[in-house]
Amino acid sequence: MTSLIRPAALAAAVAASIALAGVPAVAADISGAGATFPYPIYAKWADTYKKETGIGLNYQSIGSGGGIKQINARTVTFGASDKPLSGDDLSANHLVQFPTVMGGIVPVVNIAGVEPGKLVLDGETLARIFMGEIKTWDDAAIAKLNPDVKLPGDAIAVVHRSDGSGTTYNFTYYLGEVSAEWKDKVGVEASVEWPVGIGAKGNEGVAANVGQTANSIGYVEYAYALQNNMTHAEMINKDGKRVAPKSEAFAAAAEGADWSSQPGFGVILANQPGVGTWPMTAATFILIHSDPDNGADAAEALKFFDWAYAKGDEAALELHYIPMPDAVVAKVKDAWNQVQAGGKPVYTPTN
Amino acid sequence: MTDIAAGEGAQSDGRQASLRRFALSDAAFRNTTRAAALLVLLSLAGVAVSLVNGSLLAFSTFGFEFLVSESWNPVKEKFGALAPIYGTVATSLIAMLIAVPVGVGIAIFLTELCPRPLRRPIGIAVELLAGIPSIIYGIWGLFVFAPFLQRTLQPFLISTFSHVPGLSSLFAGPPYGIGILTAGLILAIMVLPFITSICRDVFASVPPVLKESAYGLGLTTWEVTSRVVLPYTRVAVVGAVMLALGRALGETMAVTFVIGNAHRITASILAPGTTISAAIANEFTEATGDLYTSSLIALGLVLFVITFIVLAIARLMLARLRTKAGR
Repeated sequence: MTSLIRPAALAAAVAASIALAGVPAVAADISGAGATFPYPIYAKWADTYKKETGIGLNYQSIGSGGGIKQINARTVTFGASDKPLSGDDLSANHLVQFPTVMGGIVPVVNIAGVEPGKLVLDGETLARIFMGEIKTWDDAAIAKLNPDVKLPGDAIAVVHRSDGSGTTYNFTYYLGEVSAEWKDKVGVEASVEWPVGIGAKGNEGVAANVGQTANSIGYVEYAYALQNNMTHAEMINKDGKRVAPKSEAFAAAAEGADWSSQPGFGVILANQPGVGTWPMTAATFILIHSDPDNGADAAEALKFFDWAYAKGDEAALELHYIPMPDAVVAKVKDAWNQVQAGGKPVYTPTN
Repeated sequence: MTDIAAGEGAQSDGRQASLRRFALSDAAFRNTTRAAALLVLLSLAGVAVSLVNGSLLAFSTFGFEFLVSESWNPVKEKFGALAPIYGTVATSLIAMLIAVPVGVGIAIFLTELCPRPLRRPIGIAVELLAGIPSIIYGIWGLFVFAPFLQRTLQPFLISTFSHVPGLSSLFAGPPYGIGILTAGLILAIMVLPFITSICRDVFASVPPVLKESAYGLGLTTWEVTSRVVLPYTRVAVVGAVMLALGRALGETMAVTFVIGNAHRITASILAPGTTISAAIANEFTEATGDLYTSSLIALGLVLFVITFIVLAIARLMLARLRTKAGR
């Protein structure tokens, strides 16, 4: 009996899934691929945009490396990366790069009796913890910064990302800025050879591991720290001031930065000056060909980001991303002139 | 059958037509099955060729060093496969050490000793274990099993063996919960159903007359199992173990969650490590440089070769067992 029922049920299930998959092929969707960090906000924007215009966005959040590969192979209209490409890479592959939103990276800890925001660290100490030089929580360097916090003598369990990630790139970039030893021994990359610790996959993996490993420390995107009610640490910034990870502190980093100093707005917001600046702030970028195979597709993609800059700020803040400052957006729109088909820009922004 | 019976009575050209039809359907059947078999060879060859092709850059850059170096440094683009190879072998070994005796034991209990009403529930429970997706094992391992080990088994192991020379470094702390041992334990649970269901089926296939005559000679249950049932079925049991080992070597998702993903070789089995498949799953999406990608593909080739060696050893063991049994 069962052998008769099973194929029938299977066939029904297959038919149903085919029917479901067949539905949304209405208008030509914009296709993009890349970074996982901005995926929630791109998905949210795409949802609203589809309701307003009927044009959907098919975004594969496969990671920055995958996004760069796919845009270079021209299988998608735009790529997305947390790590900005260098000017040479951009011109060699005929790419235009621009930032969409920013976010913060937050150290999270799990120490019995330590509440969120009570622990404070500086860059040098953070680097030494992740290098395995500071091994216990009652180390003199940590105790000096936290005279009022009672810290245990237990070994520090370091948790880092096991997958290559833009978060790791920005985190290691900051550690490299504040510690010459880090830059020399470990380096700055989307994945590095970690001297100590446990690797966990994705922001959610790091959050889960820190959440259940006693005496641990890790780093996650700000949104993940909030969603998981994690104990974040505060930081001493470049100006020597203690700051809490908050939207205003991330925005302060963006305001202080000189966006035109790098080709393709490729500024890393780590360790920016300013009294209220969070030291581990990062922007995420879009890559689009300056000589697109299909000008109409590229125009649709730019139109989507134009809409997002104009109407997407509220959604971004809701999801704990920081919208780009207006001055930067104006420059980004100027840069869109480089995306051309038949000698003319494919899309002219509304303002 | 009825066609032939009818054809015998009828005219000979009708008979000829039937025969032609049979020959045609036979040829069609033969060719479809042959095509299916060739498809396997073709896809295997395709995988092998693309793995070799993809890993050429890594092997030409690092040479033999790739297999014996522990360093895995994406920043300086220096890659060595020793840590993942070690992790793969160590976790599979732990899994087999636990799963083989337990799995065979369950099968023996189910076929020889189990009261009839319990037989089906236990058998179905074991088969259900095989149906659980590996991602579920991974999540369960990370959120339930690892914290449990961190509180109980690992502190116990560390304190018990802390003064035993040799074993103290094998069980050195701190207890993270996740690590090589945890991955091995999860793998053991995952491969258990493979061993148990195959062994149960082959144990049940032992002719009752053999067992009954052994019991008749006054052998105990233990003696019947070890001297009649196991020797009669050992080829299939070795096959089951090898199938399980193959699964353990290649398991990705569950291991990635609980092994700690650290490219290091540590004496302690409580420390985090990595396996070949876990390293590939973790790093492939974000591997930007050509050399990085090539090194990950080279890791895949190494796993391919390891699996091939395991299968070859299994064949060799089976051949030996057969000649021994022949004597």
